[in-house]
Amino acid sequence: MNSTVTTGTETSVWGGGNQPLGASYGKLMMWFFLVSDALTFSGFLAAYGFSRFKFIETWPIADEVFTHVPFFHGNYPMIYVALMTFVLIMSSVTMVLAVDAGHKMKQNAVIWYMFATVIGGIIFVGSQAWEWGTFIKGDHGALETKGGRILQFVKADTGERASLADFAASIPDDRIIHERKNGLWFFQEPTLTSVSLAEVVEGFKADSNILIRTEQINEEGEKTLLDRKASLAKLAEATQVVEGANLIHNEYGSRLFADFFFFITGFHGFHVFSGVVINIIIFFNVVIGTYERRGHYEMVEKVGLYWHFVDLVWVFVFTFFYLV
Amino acid sequence: MADGHKLEIFRGLVKFKSNTQKIWGVLAFLTLITAVEVVLGIIKPASLTDTYVLGMKLINWVFIILTLVKAYYIAWDFMHLRDEKSSLRRAIVWTPIFLVIYLTFILLVEADYIYNVYKDGFVSWNF
Repeated sequence: MNSTVTTGTETSVWGGGNQPLGASYGKLMMWFFLVSDALTFSGFLAAYGFSRFKFIETWPIADEVFTHVPFFHGNYPMIYVALMTFVLIMSSVTMVLAVDAGHKMKQNAVIWYMFATVIGGIIFVGSQAWEWGTFIKGDHGALETKGGRILQFVKADTGERASLADFAASIPDDRIIHERKNGLWFFQEPTLTSVSLAEVVEGFKADSNILIRTEQINEEGEKTLLDRKASLAKLAEATQVVEGANLIHNEYGSRLFADFFFFITGFHGFHVFSGVVINIIIFFNVVIGTYERRGHYEMVEKVGLYWHFVDLVWVFVFTFFYLV
Repeated sequence: MADGHKLEIFRGLVKFKSNTQKIWGVLAFLTLITAVEVVLGIIKPASLTDTYVLGMKLINWVFIILTLVKAYYIAWDFMHLRDEKSSLRRAIVWTPIFLVIYLTFILLVEADYIYNVYKDGFVSWNF
């Protein structure tokens, strides 16, 4: 009604200066964002559940997919992911300690806790990159059938997985990779697999110790192992060699598994990356004393909410991708 | 806010002297749960994998419940929901919970139906 500043706004609810629900504007908006983001992730995980229930009998077993630890050889299912989870929870702890130090206006403590949080975040993103690299590179290799199913190989005597290179025959190759520089047409083709289908088939026929494992999960919750005769029959259906995983082929089993792996952990990794960037900005703001002059460290608290949320999402991704 | 922290967890069973102490206490608890999950995931006790509850292995229910427990302590103590007004807390927590239960129910039932179509239908998809 009039444009002059009125006093005594505290007498009117609509006068401004109120904090609905006892939270400041910034915190409330951060919570709005987090709830909507939580629903986005829930949508992804629910879609994952949908695809998994669709192919419940053939879905890959996560323990057999994520078995590597950097700098160590051997079979260590889940150890590295558990470590990553711990790193992220740990950086969540340093973040909440930074918020706590901020409440007490201890600038130096906030600086060090923010620094530790950033380091934790970087370690996590790096680990995830490594995990992606290992997943894409592949482990033992497999064959794909006409129907798009995956056939893996197992040593009959030990029950261990057999890599294609372990038994594939060596046929002096007639096929070399076609590069742009060779030939008349400027076509090129994707990298050839390290062994050809013919080499795998020949090697399989020659080595009676190798059996085929299908995607089908049996009553014991393990992948079905075919006997030698059924293996040889199944081998005729193979159309190509698959090494590693991408969006179209996946040596670990259902390609949807790889698609969801890339999509969900990628989206989460992007969140962690943004979180690290935001944390670095806040870190420098703390260092130059912005919040000291402002008189409160609420900004650290708001960024902290985002960082904890990233941790929270990982807890769910860890369960639904690696454990269940 | 600085002094407004509620310092007890497990419904008052454990009380901490300061907020910092509470944070380390919660970390210890979360680490313990993660360790239990990993150990269960590696040894996979037969008693848990052979029992089915509501169409899912008991061990998976254990994992999901432990995850929800972890999520609760992250949200309540790290994100300070314990110190917020209950109206804000409920708005934040129950909105996603309701929508997620709704969505998972619909999608999983539908997926199970499609699974049966693939299994018993006349069209062969694994050729």
